[in-house]
Amino acid sequence: MPTTSTLTRTSAPALPVSLDRVSRTFRDTANEPKPVLRDVSLEISPGEIVSLIGASGCGKSTLLRQIAGLDRPTGGQVRIDGTAIDGIDQRVAVAFQEPRLLPWRSLRQNVSLGLPKGTARVEGQARVGALLDLVHLGEAAALRPRQVSGGMAQRASLARALSRGPGVLVLDEPFGALDALTRLKMQDLLIEIHSAEPATIILVTHDVDEALYLSDRVVLLGVDADAPSAGAGIRSITSVPGSRPRDRGDARLAELRVELLDGLGVPSHHQPQPH
Amino acid sequence: MTIVKDEARLNPAPVPPARESGAGAPPTLRQYVSQLGYAAAGSEAGPQPRADRLRPWLVVAGFVVPLALLALWWFLTEFSIVPAHRMPSPQRVLDAAVAMTADGVIFGHIAISTQRVVLGFAAGSLLGLALGAWVGLSKWGSAFLSPTVGAFRAVPSLAWVPLLVLYLGISEDSKVTLIAIGALFPVYTTVAGALRHVDPHLVELGQAFGLARLGLLARVQLPAVVPSIVSGLRLALAQAWLFLVAAELIASSVGLGFLLVDSQNNGRVDRLFLTIILLGVLGKTTDALIGLLERWLLKRWG
Repeated sequence: MPTTSTLTRTSAPALPVSLDRVSRTFRDTANEPKPVLRDVSLEISPGEIVSLIGASGCGKSTLLRQIAGLDRPTGGQVRIDGTAIDGIDQRVAVAFQEPRLLPWRSLRQNVSLGLPKGTARVEGQARVGALLDLVHLGEAAALRPRQVSGGMAQRASLARALSRGPGVLVLDEPFGALDALTRLKMQDLLIEIHSAEPATIILVTHDVDEALYLSDRVVLLGVDADAPSAGAGIRSITSVPGSRPRDRGDARLAELRVELLDGLGVPSHHQPQPH
Repeated sequence: MTIVKDEARLNPAPVPPARESGAGAPPTLRQYVSQLGYAAAGSEAGPQPRADRLRPWLVVAGFVVPLALLALWWFLTEFSIVPAHRMPSPQRVLDAAVAMTADGVIFGHIAISTQRVVLGFAAGSLLGLALGAWVGLSKWGSAFLSPTVGAFRAVPSLAWVPLLVLYLGISEDSKVTLIAIGALFPVYTTVAGALRHVDPHLVELGQAFGLARLGLLARVQLPAVVPSIVSGLRLALAQAWLFLVAAELIASSVGLGFLLVDSQNNGRVDRLFLTIILLGVLGKTTDALIGLLERWLLKRWG
């Protein structure tokens, strides 16, 4: 359980996450058990960026919800810094695919929603101001969500998650609803944020290029072809070479991209060039 | 068919303004026609948008029907088309108003009636808000209370009058309680319904950031249903005036409802008209106050 010292800390150090045989089974309408995740085990080091990819409906978001404490696993446990999480955890902050800003609050007030309970007013305001600057929203702080673009709203949502001072940042398709160009800019911003506010980042994405550009490791989730109704597990873990910021045109990334797309069941039609 | 860039083919063709506007320079209406069949028209930098110019006239339009009714009223009485003992002339109603203002009687009636409405409305809507929040947010609250409250709501509210008079006597309490009952249900119904349908994404977001129960209610759920709360309050206020008159008609010695009964018994049809007009004006005024509150709330929370 978080202690008072973590509550008042403005920026916690990055924390390790370990998934220990995490399983989640839902009940369908006929009350039949329907396994979605089965025995997912993964060790994530402090400060690491890990992407979860997989076909639609394979349980990526479900896994993320276990880490964020928005859902509880039916088997196994999620540990952060050695302690199992049980429900919403102060050490984890989350951003969703939709910005989910409260429409009646200004961006500044929305960001301050994320401040940990008991943050002193002055300290909180200073931190919110700094985060708004970090996501380049200093000028727009007084605007309401409906007055800003989708990219700006999503940056505010990121700043809100960061205002929690999280040890672990959980992002569920954070740039999925943005246009292609804004998405690239947001990826660079995330790298910028990660160096300014180091946290362990776990993100779900549909975009293989995004996963390779941002992550240290890319985790491919999927069901076993032999037992498709047993729930999804980890199919492969890919370590991404190089350090951030990476070259978007890196040939090594292109090779990995082909592999991952094949793993996702999308033929890449890639013909190796004869030398 | 060859597609050509539109802009290249757009020929600005000035045409005379459609009509002269009263004040200021007439806006130039330009028509744009492209050879691909697109056409557009618009005035160039008009002095002010049409809606703004219309505004004062729209306000004036609201007075047309009342003035016409007043004229009709005057016409019917002036030429004795309706006998005077059935419909007083506007002048007689005005005389009654002046007389009752002069001896101050009318103010006592207005004050006590307004006080009853305000107290009953405040109590009823607060209770309705609390009950609505409970039923709208809690599965168990809804399971326990929803059928019972629904049954109570189905009782025609005037059916409570004899019981209230028996329990509380012909007192302020019984009248204020009746008005509170009238104000409670509209607020309860709208708030409970709206809270059930708050965007689940926002609720989850609040939970993800550590809000629960009262914190979640105050920071996410209540602000999200402010528009519904206000429309519930508006309905409740109308109900409060309705129940005021009902309560005062049945058992009271002062108040606008009493004035109605009293005037009926004494054949003072001029006072009857005056009271009805007063009730309309008071109801509309308090509704306008809620309207101001609504505008402020929607600006802040909308």
